[in-house]
Amino acid sequence: MSGVDAPASARAMRERFGFLRRSYAMLVKEFIQLKRDRVSFAMIVMLPVMQLMLFGYAINTTPRNLPSAVLLQEDSDLARSILKALENTAYFRFLYEVHHVDDFDNLLKSGKVLFGVEIPRGFERAVRRGDKPALLVAADATDPVAASAAIGSLGMVVQTALKHDLYIGDPPEMPFEIRAHARYNPAAASSLNIVPGLVGTILTMTMLIFTALSVTREVERGTMESLLAMPIKPVEVMFGKIVPYVLVGFLQAFLIIGIGVGLFGVPVLGSLFLLALLSTLFITTNLSIGYTISTVVQNQLQAMQMSMMFFLPSILLSGFMFPFAGMPAWAQYLGECLPLTHYLRIVRAIMLKGASMENLRFDTLALAALMLLAMTIAVTRFRRTLD
Amino acid sequence: MSSGNDIAIDVKGLTKSFGGREVVHDLSMQVKRGSIYGFLGPNGSGKTTTIRILCGLLTPDSGEGTCLGYDIRRDAEKIKRRVGYMTQRFSLYQDLSVRENLEFVARLYGVTDARGAARDMIKRLGLTGREEQLAGELSGGWKQRLALGACTLPNPQLLLLDEPTAGVDPKARRDFWNEIHALAAEGLTVLVSTHYMDEAERCHEIAYIAYGYLLAHGTVEEVIAQSALATYTVTGEALNELAAALTGKPGIDMVAPFGTSLHVSGRDIAALEDSIAPWRERGGLRWQKSQPSLEDVFIELMGRSKDNFQ
Repeated sequence: MSGVDAPASARAMRERFGFLRRSYAMLVKEFIQLKRDRVSFAMIVMLPVMQLMLFGYAINTTPRNLPSAVLLQEDSDLARSILKALENTAYFRFLYEVHHVDDFDNLLKSGKVLFGVEIPRGFERAVRRGDKPALLVAADATDPVAASAAIGSLGMVVQTALKHDLYIGDPPEMPFEIRAHARYNPAAASSLNIVPGLVGTILTMTMLIFTALSVTREVERGTMESLLAMPIKPVEVMFGKIVPYVLVGFLQAFLIIGIGVGLFGVPVLGSLFLLALLSTLFITTNLSIGYTISTVVQNQLQAMQMSMMFFLPSILLSGFMFPFAGMPAWAQYLGECLPLTHYLRIVRAIMLKGASMENLRFDTLALAALMLLAMTIAVTRFRRTLD
Repeated sequence: MSSGNDIAIDVKGLTKSFGGREVVHDLSMQVKRGSIYGFLGPNGSGKTTTIRILCGLLTPDSGEGTCLGYDIRRDAEKIKRRVGYMTQRFSLYQDLSVRENLEFVARLYGVTDARGAARDMIKRLGLTGREEQLAGELSGGWKQRLALGACTLPNPQLLLLDEPTAGVDPKARRDFWNEIHALAAEGLTVLVSTHYMDEAERCHEIAYIAYGYLLAHGTVEEVIAQSALATYTVTGEALNELAAALTGKPGIDMVAPFGTSLHVSGRDIAALEDSIAPWRERGGLRWQKSQPSLEDVFIELMGRSKDNFQ
C-alpha cells in the first residue's frame, strides 16, 4: 500500500509547487536569454547612467554665459565699463561687436546670440548731463526661461557692478535707464517656444523608429536573404526605405504646425516654403540616422533601445527642455552633434523670428553634414553578404 | 566548344568556415547547362552554404570558380542578375499580395513590363483569382509555387533551389518537379538541394555532401555503382531481433528497416555473407540479394562520413 501512496503524495507535492516550478523554469530561461543579448544588457546599464550624467551635470536651468552681441554706436569709456560689468555677471558673454543695426538684428534672428545690448550715440555725454538715457537690451525670448532670468537680474546686477565706476550717489540712483525688450515673444508665452520645439521632438522620435526597424525587420522575417541575392545595391535599398517616410514625416510636421497655428496661435513669421524645405532636410537626416541604427543592431528590440539612446540626449541637450546656453561647454558640443539642436534653432527662427535662409546657413549645413555622415555610415555598414 | 558554354557551374576547392568550424571543405563540382543537379546530404552538411557561395551571398575563404561563366568572387553582381535563388525559408514579403510580390521582383530586375510579367506569371502558376491574397496567407504548397515563380520571373539562366519541397504535400511536390523539368527542358540549369530520395532520382545528376565534404557525384546509377555496396533484403518475422543481432557484425556496414523488410548492406561482400550465413537458414526469413537503393548508399555514406569527420 505504501508503495502506491508514496508516488501519489510526491505527485501531490509536485502539484502544490507546480506554480513555483513552472515560474522558475520560465525565469531561468529569461535570464539566459537576457545574458545572451549583450546589447540589451549594455543598454540596461547605459540608459540610467546617461540619464543621470545628463541631468546631473549638463542640465542647468539658470543659464550662464548667454551668447550676446553689442551694438556699439559710440566707443566711450563708460560704454566699455558697462559691457565689462555685464560680462562680470557671468550671465552674458559678448561674442560679437557690431556697429550697424542690421548686423545686430541678423545675429539675434539667426540665433547666434540670445542677447543684444545697444549703446546709443552720445550715451556718455547724456549720462554726464544727467539725462538718464536709455540702454537698450534686446533679448531673444523664444526661449522664455533663458531670457527671463537674465532680464530679471539685469537692473540690480548692473547697478552693483557700476558702483565704483559711476557717480552713483547714496541712495543709489541709476544715471541711465535699462530698457529691456523681449523680442519675438513679448508675452513670454511658453507655447510659442514649445510648439515649434515639439515639431522637432515628435519628428525625431517617429522618424528614428520607422527606419531603425526597417533592416532588422527584413533580417528577422527572412526576406533579407532573398533581397541580397537580387541585383540591388545598398544605396538603392536605403533610398527605397527612406523616401516613403519623408512623406510621412512631412505630413506629421504639417499636422503639428497646423495645430500649433490653429489652436495655440503660434505665428509663422518666416517663409512657409523655407520651413517645409528645411523640415524635409531634418526629416531625412533623422531617417538616415534611424537607418544607420538599423544596419548596426541585430534585432528589433536592440533597434528600439538604441533609438532611445539617441532620443534621450536629443530631448535633454538640444535646448528643447532646458536652455542650451545654460549647459557646460562639453554638453553644448554634444548638443551640436544632434540634428534636433539645429532644427530647433531653425524652426524657432522661422516661425517666431521670421528668419530667412541667410540667418540659418550654419544650422542648415550642420543638418546636411549629419545626414551625409549617417548615410555614409549606413551604406558602408550595410552587409551585402551573409558572411 | 569551350567549357564556359556548356558548363553552368564550375568551382574548385571551395572552403568556408564559420567561427572556426569548417562548413564546406575543399568542394569542387561541375554542373552542365540545362541539367537538373541534385544536392543531397544530411542537415548541416554544407548544402545551403555552398548554394549561398554560388549566388554571391557568401564569400568563400578559399577556392575559386565560375557561375554562368562569371567569377564567383569578382562578378557577384552579374551572377545575381542571372540567377534565381529560392531560399529554404519562405522569403517573400508575407504582408504583400501575390501580385505585389511578383511586381516587386520584376521591377528590381528591371523587367520592362513589370505588371504584365507578374500577370503572366500568376497565370502560369495557376494563381489566377488569388492575385490579391497576401503571400503570408497562402498554404505551404502555394507559397512554394509562388517562390519558384518569383525566382523564375526575371528569366534567369540558373536556378538555385534550397530544399524547395520541405514540408510540402506529395501532390504539390510532384507538380513542382514537373515544373522544374519543364524549365530545364527550356534550357534552364537547376541546382536543387533535397532530403528526399525520390526527388534525387528525378535529377539528371546528383552530388552527396556530408560534413562539408562532397562524397559522391554522378548519375544515380553511377553513384550506386561507385558505392560497390552489396545489399540483401530480408522479409519475414522478428526482423527487429535480426537487426539487433546483425548490427556491428563484420562486413555489415548498415542494417536499415524499410517497412516490412530489412536492408542489410556492406562493402565487403564475402564478410557480409559470412556474417549472415547462420541466419539465412533460419525459418520464417526470406533473403534476397538486391540492388542497393540510393537511400542505402546515402545512409551508408552518411554513416561512414560520420566516422571519418566527426
